[in-house]
Parts: sequence; structure tokens; C-alpha cells
Amino acid sequence: MIFKPGKCAFVPYLMAGDPGMETTALLLDAMAQAGADAIELGIPYGDPLADGPTIAAAGVRALANGTTISHVLEAVRATRTPHAPPVILFTYFNPIYRYGVERFARDAARAGAYGAIVPDVALEEAEGLRVALEREGLVLPLLVAPSTPRERAARIAHASGGFVYVVSRLGVTGAGAAPDFRPLHDQIAMLREVTEKPLAVGFGISTPAHVREVRGIVDGVIVGSAIIDAYAGYSGEEAASRAAAYLRTLTGAAVV
Amino acid sequence: MQPDSRGYFGDFGGRFVPEVLVAALAELEAEVQSAFASPAFWDEYHAILRDFVGRPSPVYAAQRYGRNNGGAALAFKREDLNHTGAHKINNTVGQALLARRMGKKRIIAETGAGQHGVATATVGAKFGIPVEVYMGALDVERQALNVYIMKLLGATVHPVEGGTRTLKDATNEAFRQWAARVDDTFYVIGSVVGAHPYPYIVREFQKVIGVEARRQCLEQFGRLPSDVVACVGGGSNAMGIFAGFLSDTNVRLWGVEAAGEGLESGRTAAAISAGSIGVLHGSRSYVLQTGEGQVMETHSISAGLDYPGVGPEHAHLKASGRAQYVPVTDSEALDAFFEFSRDEGIIPALESSHAIAFARKLAQERGPDDLILVNLSGRGDKDIAQVRNMRR
Repeated sequence: MIFKPGKCAFVPYLMAGDPGMETTALLLDAMAQAGADAIELGIPYGDPLADGPTIAAAGVRALANGTTISHVLEAVRATRTPHAPPVILFTYFNPIYRYGVERFARDAARAGAYGAIVPDVALEEAEGLRVALEREGLVLPLLVAPSTPRERAARIAHASGGFVYVVSRLGVTGAGAAPDFRPLHDQIAMLREVTEKPLAVGFGISTPAHVREVRGIVDGVIVGSAIIDAYAGYSGEEAASRAAAYLRTLTGAAVV
Repeated sequence: MQPDSRGYFGDFGGRFVPEVLVAALAELEAEVQSAFASPAFWDEYHAILRDFVGRPSPVYAAQRYGRNNGGAALAFKREDLNHTGAHKINNTVGQALLARRMGKKRIIAETGAGQHGVATATVGAKFGIPVEVYMGALDVERQALNVYIMKLLGATVHPVEGGTRTLKDATNEAFRQWAARVDDTFYVIGSVVGAHPYPYIVREFQKVIGVEARRQCLEQFGRLPSDVVACVGGGSNAMGIFAGFLSDTNVRLWGVEAAGEGLESGRTAAAISAGSIGVLHGSRSYVLQTGEGQVMETHSISAGLDYPGVGPEHAHLKASGRAQYVPVTDSEALDAFFEFSRDEGIIPALESSHAIAFARKLAQERGPDDLILVNLSGRGDKDIAQVRNMRR
């Protein structure tokens, strides 16, 4: 269970293989210790259309280390202990397509992943991937953007697996621009009318103040670029302790 | 052919973009449907092509190039004579009309060598719409003259530092910038690539090449060509000329890809000949990629063909067998560049030189009654400094 009533779940994002798989293993452990309710684990892709400079650069570093889907799934497998938080893979469609959609679903399930978020697979292209993942017991959460009309948001929420990923503002991932909280509140109110699935908000959430803005109205927050900024340039235990310290400032704020 | 309701030409195309862009693409699709159904829209488009671009461009029968060994006659569709020097402007005029119709306050574009950037800056100036161009930082260094021309025309040029610092990364950045200001911004894509409906829109605006050329061949030569040849990077000039002949099933269509230093060299840009099926910039098509699905760095002597993907309709024409795709290397294209300049008094773009090189080979396999029509997609002025620096 990622989402619990009365608590805002906290989902940090890590780029697997940045700066190396050994550090990723330490980071995964540190995130769990620091109170992550789930972890989004990025599989690096060189042309990430939905990502800003921080995550794109982390992907470049991970690719320079030769990080592949197989390495990332191996890291997931290594985390699977009874109390470890669920791992949601995050990548783009082309690496999955080349790996083979069915093979990816099967291997991700065997590794113990919870699901996959694939931001360039919107509703119209989602069916094949969703079915393949569901057959293996995995979920495909879909994204709703500020530009998504209500009727479409309802259809996305209906097809979304596990939860609905609410994009907090226009643009790409990154801590540079804050969420637009006023329209975000309206968007969440609208989504509550059309779905009972949990809502997790991401893109631009980077400070305890941001978390306090939304913790009372959403079921979870996803923080990516700010975590990566916290450990970028470090490796091993140093990277893990920096990321964990940053995470604790946010999870503290996530308590309603 | 029309793409299906999900934007597919057969198995290729679609709309693989972040959700934030889906509503904008749907809005564009609806606007295109109403614009394309309006005779007034096309009247204005064609009037601008006539008075501002200089259309129709002529079809010119080669006098000397490729004629020394007998073989088929060669004719050239002179897109090099268009305002701004290439076919690119046919598309930017059309998309600027769409932007104005939709009330967009700002235009963005990606560019590689700068030809599409210049064509977009040109229509931005003409229509009084501010233009921002995203260009790989490496290309900004390599194409200083085009950067200056864009600025002269009032556009802002943003160097893109990510990835390989070339066209692929400029396109990524343009998509990201569009996502950030999707309400007031129109994204003018430069080729038959990207998410639906872009491949369809760009083809419809480049189709004027093929429609004119078909009529001109009948008028001037009393027959259709036996073969139509065009270079293919993203594939807009090829799709434009092919579109005029798709239903003439006895006219053979040839797309000429940039092999770079050779298909097996690892330094190539031939997405169909050397790549595999994947998803890039919003559509499923052929992509030069690793086994892990990472897009590869490409190489061609011609910056306009130096792109790891290709338009989805080309992938479909390849799959259906309606068109064939062949590779031409850097050195073959460079030879054609020099020979065509000396034989015909026309300096072709390095992109078009790929088509010219293949057409000469093809002419020798065809009989004297055959007629090969080549899309001379752009002029070579922009390439002269580069070629001169190579000091052959």
C-alpha cells in the first residue's frame, strides 16, 4: 500500500545508474530508511521529452555508465525485502519498445516492480502497454496535465493504474519553476469528482513549502529533480546521506 | 493517403507525446480540418506562394549532366529557386497561416543547419509574429551565417546545449518549450516528422511540389516521369513531390538517404536503410538507435539530412513497397555537387546532391524513352563555405 488515509505519501525519484549502480543501491536503501512510501526509479533515456535539465543530465550520466534496463531491474530485485517500499519504474516508450513490451512487463514483474510510468505514452497509445503490464500484475499510472480537459481527465483516470499522476504545471520536470497552486487546487477538486483513485502530484514540487501547499488535498507527492540536485556530484554513502537528509525535510512537511 | 483517426499511416505514426501536449495537438488537428476544408485558406496560401515565394517553380530538363552515357533523360524540379532557397518555405507559409488563424502570439521552431529556421523567421517577419528558434549549440557554431540571417529577420535564436547539441536535441527542446507555453505558442515543425497531425500537415503544404511537377511534366514532355527521385532526411521535400504521383502506380518513387561514410560505418544518417523501427519525437517510424533503444548520433556531409529519424509516411511507403529507399554516401553526393555545378550552371544544396547522384546512376539503367524527375530541393549557396573548407 503506497497510499494511506490521512497521510500524504511521499515518492522520491532516482535516476538509476547516476552516478553508478552501486550508489543507486545505497540511495534506494536510504530512501526507504528516510520514509519513502514508494520510489520512482528512472531508466535512463537520452531524449526525455518530459524532463527538464536536471533529470536529462542525470540520464546522460547514467547512460555514460552503460546503464541498461537489465541493470535497473537487477537493482529492483535486490531491494525486494518484506518492508521495502514499492518501486515504480519511470522511462520512455522507445527503450521499452526495443526491449519488447511483453518481455519488459514479465521481467519487471519478476524483479518485483510495482508498475511503470511512461510519460510519452498518453491515453491513446496506452492500451497495449497497459494490458501487458496488467497481465503481469503491474500498474501503468497515467498523467493528467493542467491542459487536460475535464472529459478527457475522466477517461485518463479511468484507464490509469494504481493512482493518477497529476502534473502540477505546464512544461517539463524540474525544480526551477514552482507549481501553479491555484489552478492545481481546481484541477484536484475536478479530479476528485471524476475518480476515486489516489492522486499523486509531481513536476516542480521541490521544497517543504510546496509539500505543505498540497499535502491536505492529495494522496501523495512525487519529488524528482530536487532529490537529484541534492545528491548530484556525489557518490556512494555521501550521495545517499545527502539525498536522505533532503528527503527528511520533505517527509516532515508531508505529515498532515 | 490520409492518416487514420489515431494518426497512423499503416503501422507508422501516432502521437507519442507527454499528456501536456495532447490537448494542443487535438486543437491543431481540429483547426487543420476546418482550414483545409476552406477554399479561402488555400487561396491565400497559393497567393502567398505565388507573390512571396515565387511559385510555380519550373521543371528544367538537364542539358549535359548525366547525358554522356545515353540512358534516360533527367529533369529537375527547381525548388532551389524559391525565396529563401529551398522547399522549406512552402511549409512555413502554411503553418504561419494556421498560427494566425488560431490567434497564437508566438512561433517556435527547431532547426539543424538553419534552413527551416530561416524559412520560419522569414514568415514570422512577413506576418508580424515573434519567432524563437531552437538550434543545437554545435550547429550554432557551424552555421553562423544562418544564425545571423535569422537574427536579421527579427527572430531570437536559442542555442541548445543538451545531448549531441544538434537537430535531435533542438527538436527535444522545442517540444519542451511548447509544453511550457502551450496556450499562446505555435510550434512550426520543419519536416514530415513529429506527432500526429504534423506529418500530415507538412505533407499537405509540400504537396504543391508534386502537384505542379506532375502538370509540368505532362505539359512540357507530354508524359509522366518513369521515376521520381528525392533526398530524404526527415523527408518533407520527398513527401511533397511523391504526393503528386502516389496514385500513378507506374511512376517509381525513390527516396535517397544520406549514408554518410557508409551504412556499416556507424557514421550514417540513413534511418530506413540502416535503422530499425522505434519511436522518436512523437511517432513510430524508422530510427537509428542502439539495441537498448537509445537514439544514435548521426553523420552526414549535409546538415539537412543529419537526423536519426524519418517521417512515418515514408516508413509506410517503404513497408507497402510503393517507394524504394536507397543510400548515397558523402563522397558520392560531393561528386554530384561539383559535376552538377559544372555541367548545368546550377549549384545544388548538398542535400539535393544526394538525389542528383542517385538519379545519374538510375539514368544509366533506364532507356532513352524514360524520364527521371529529380526534386532539386534547395540551392547550394549555404554549403559553399563548407565545401571550400574541405579543400578536396
